[in-house]
Amino acid sequence: MNPRLGLATAHRCLRQLAHDRRTVALIVLVPPMLLFLLHALLNGNERIFNSIGLIMLGVFPFIIMFLVTSIAMLRERTSGTLERLLTTPIHRTDLLAGYGIAFGLMAALQAVIAVAVAYWLFDLTTAGSAGWVVGIAVLNAELGVALGLFASAFAATEFQAVQFMPLIVFPQLLSAGLFMPRDQMATWLRALSTAFPLTYAVEALQQVGAHADPTSTLWKDLAVVAGVLVVCIVLASLTLRRRTP
Amino acid sequence: MPKHGQAAVVVENLVVRRGRLEVLHGLSCELPPGQVTGLLGPSGGGKTTLMRSIVGVQRVVSGRVTVLGEPAGSRDLRHRLGYVTQAPSIYGDATVLQNVSYFAQLAGASRARVAEVISQVGLDSHASALATRLSGGQASRASLACALVGDPELLVLDEPTVGLDPLLREDLWRLFHELSDAGHTLLVSSHVMDEARRCDRLLLLREGRLVADATPGELAERTGTDDLEQAFLRLIRAEEVA
Repeated sequence: MNPRLGLATAHRCLRQLAHDRRTVALIVLVPPMLLFLLHALLNGNERIFNSIGLIMLGVFPFIIMFLVTSIAMLRERTSGTLERLLTTPIHRTDLLAGYGIAFGLMAALQAVIAVAVAYWLFDLTTAGSAGWVVGIAVLNAELGVALGLFASAFAATEFQAVQFMPLIVFPQLLSAGLFMPRDQMATWLRALSTAFPLTYAVEALQQVGAHADPTSTLWKDLAVVAGVLVVCIVLASLTLRRRTP
Repeated sequence: MPKHGQAAVVVENLVVRRGRLEVLHGLSCELPPGQVTGLLGPSGGGKTTLMRSIVGVQRVVSGRVTVLGEPAGSRDLRHRLGYVTQAPSIYGDATVLQNVSYFAQLAGASRARVAEVISQVGLDSHASALATRLSGGQASRASLACALVGDPELLVLDEPTVGLDPLLREDLWRLFHELSDAGHTLLVSSHVMDEARRCDRLLLLREGRLVADATPGELAERTGTDDLEQAFLRLIRAEEVA
């Protein structure tokens, strides 16, 4: 592990993104636009906006960073740059760290803008501070990054990579307790949602919404998300094999 | 640098299978240090597989590959070799300068070195062009610059001159010989026979077996023709009869 090489990789990823202004614009503008849509749809029902809008702030970065990194890493695998990198002094953990830093920064930018828009333009109110929301959003983004890096190993084309998104995101979103309280779910569904990391991310946001100070549930949720994040990174690093058939 | 006379790369009884197909069937060869060795033969003959084995990214079934005195793929070797894949492996959404700078950072090379190699491959005027906007030949030279930047002892170049105009091809071959004169070892694959003439030594690989391992002069002598294309044909025919 060499932090200098990780930073060099993060720098390179950000420079690539800088040449792709449309992607940057989409990352920054899509969440506020969806919040606008949601706010208009709820037509002044503040209570529902306070619960769904808040959760959206944590879900956007997860989905978007999953998509962006799974495709970025897929390109790395298919263009031959990954094979080339593995003949250079960079270690696969440096490469993963580089991706984590670059896309984590993009996620932070996205989260700060979306949170600012939600609180100031659409009067989102939470008992806890907006700083917590940004923090959870960035943690979710990193979870998306890690899952995306891992999922890229199972996609041979960009068409396949894109379709991992609904596969990985939707079941988690549907069973996270947004559409149906978890204690009313069938036992197997509840067990499934207990196994999904997004369930804990959603619960963490709900804790921030309901309590002024961090609760023990919040800390537990953050620990679970962070733990899954670490497991995904280890799994992703195992897919970066130097020698391939 | 390897000691004089000691081979830069030693391949012993290398067997490689890709999928169900055995691609290399117990291949043995050596690359002399400080020389340009040409790896020639029809596509599908195992050239890329041999190169991948030497740079340590190919899973092998059996046999041994020793590079600069170390087993292929050793951590220590990653500072000492440069690999250019057949398709230009550079980042399309970054400029030539950004691509070369990134590989320079990985290799611990200086900024001055970045400018130097960009100019060596003749891309000065395209340094700030996005890699996707480059022509095929320009992209492959940018890819070459990324390998040269770390000043590696061993350069493994998979078809580096495809699609280049004769003038640029001439420049690159001059560069390869400057590098070998400075003590670098080069393995350059090609399927263009007229490039064989420019190599110090030739390996002809066909269907996973070495058909020839000789200097261009020796080959001409053995086959009785100066035309290398003809020489190879005669070798292959002789082998098929045997």
